[in-house]
Amino acid sequence: MVPAVRLRSAVCLLGRFPALAGIDLDVHRGEVVAVEGPNGAGKTTLLRVLAGLAPVTGGHAEVLGIDLRTARRRVRTKVALLSPSGGLYDDLTVADNLRFWARSAGRPPSAAADAMSRLGLDGRLADVPAARLSTGQRRRTALAVLLARDSELWLLDEPHAGLDAAGRDLVDEVVAGAARRGATVLIVSHELERAAALASRTASIVGGRTTAAAGREPLADPEAAGVA
Amino acid sequence: MWRDALLVAGKDLRIEGRSHVALNQVLPFALLVLVLFAFALDPDRGVLLTAAAGLYWLAVLFSALLAVQRSQAIESGEGTRDAVRLSGLDPAGVFLGKAGAVALQLLVLEVLLAVGVVVLYGVEPAGLGLLAVTALVATPGMAAAGTLYGVIAAGLRVRETLLPLLLLPVLAPVLIAATRASETALSGVSSGVPAGSWLALLATFTVVYLGFGVVAFGPLLEDA
Repeated sequence: MVPAVRLRSAVCLLGRFPALAGIDLDVHRGEVVAVEGPNGAGKTTLLRVLAGLAPVTGGHAEVLGIDLRTARRRVRTKVALLSPSGGLYDDLTVADNLRFWARSAGRPPSAAADAMSRLGLDGRLADVPAARLSTGQRRRTALAVLLARDSELWLLDEPHAGLDAAGRDLVDEVVAGAARRGATVLIVSHELERAAALASRTASIVGGRTTAAAGREPLADPEAAGVA
Repeated sequence: MWRDALLVAGKDLRIEGRSHVALNQVLPFALLVLVLFAFALDPDRGVLLTAAAGLYWLAVLFSALLAVQRSQAIESGEGTRDAVRLSGLDPAGVFLGKAGAVALQLLVLEVLLAVGVVVLYGVEPAGLGLLAVTALVATPGMAAAGTLYGVIAAGLRVRETLLPLLLLPVLAPVLIAATRASETALSGVSSGVPAGSWLALLATFTVVYLGFGVVAFGPLLEDA
């Protein structure tokens, strides 16, 4: 089966700055992988590359069988990116946001209603504008968007940041549920212990390069890692 | 594309319905422009009447600038533009939806401004049908060009000041043609060229910018 993610010496130059200088990473379908590293290591850029939002300027990069160097826009409809801000429209209510993003992915309104129900957003919160949500409520809404869109690959950027214990547990529950349903999940987090508990493997990035892997199997086949 | 256009237009209009930016800021601004023109030219009521069509379309033009800026600001929230890129929405549909929402808001504004011109300038409208046709032909073109240049400026730090510099020269032909086409209706004077010729120019402008936007909006959204 084609892996969900296959990166070989992947490079991402933003202007002249090498945001990623050589990433080797394999993620199998249905797998949960945590990515850790210091600030500025390239973790968020890695997620943006995998989402087709940032260019791959060197090496080889494939997501869900799609070559990111030649057709990165095609991958966008298959991935979901949870950014710290959540990408919500501040003037729309939680329910309106959910309905809009679900329908934009070709999903029925019931998908939005189901996602709201699962994340406890179907009560009073449904009619609250996103601008008035707390950090935790905003993150729950953004997670509900991911659920409603039902993407094959979930890319989560600091999903636990700014949340209380109950919020963190909820994130874990949603991620575990997505993995059970067959979604592939990449988690970038500073809370490595928490992310690692969800993941089968962990990758480390420093200075835009993968430096280490721990878990059940290597992140990339060492022989294949040299393939450009 | 059309499904996405309706979805995006519905979203932008719903946001306006909740935020009332056009109602509470753009409309008062447009009326204020009309009032200031009246103050400036009031000593000579004849000039005011003769220039009514031009002043009306100038007020519309300035309002269009604000409406376009607001339309782009909707997507300026952190992560929102990325979410649009990842959404699977057809960029051409996003363009048509955003331009459609701007055009609809401008059309409502134009009706209210027409009332303002009649009340403030003492204009006795002679051909409201001609004014309505002019508005229906010119407004989608203004909205299309505005949406296109709005997304060009959106990715730049100086977008607030750059957009007028980019857009106003582009909309100059619309100002001229819409003024000439509707001056018989509002000012009771004619430039000598039949209104139909000016309407044809406006229709050409609208078709060109709608077509250009459908093709170019996707790549421009990438850089925004």
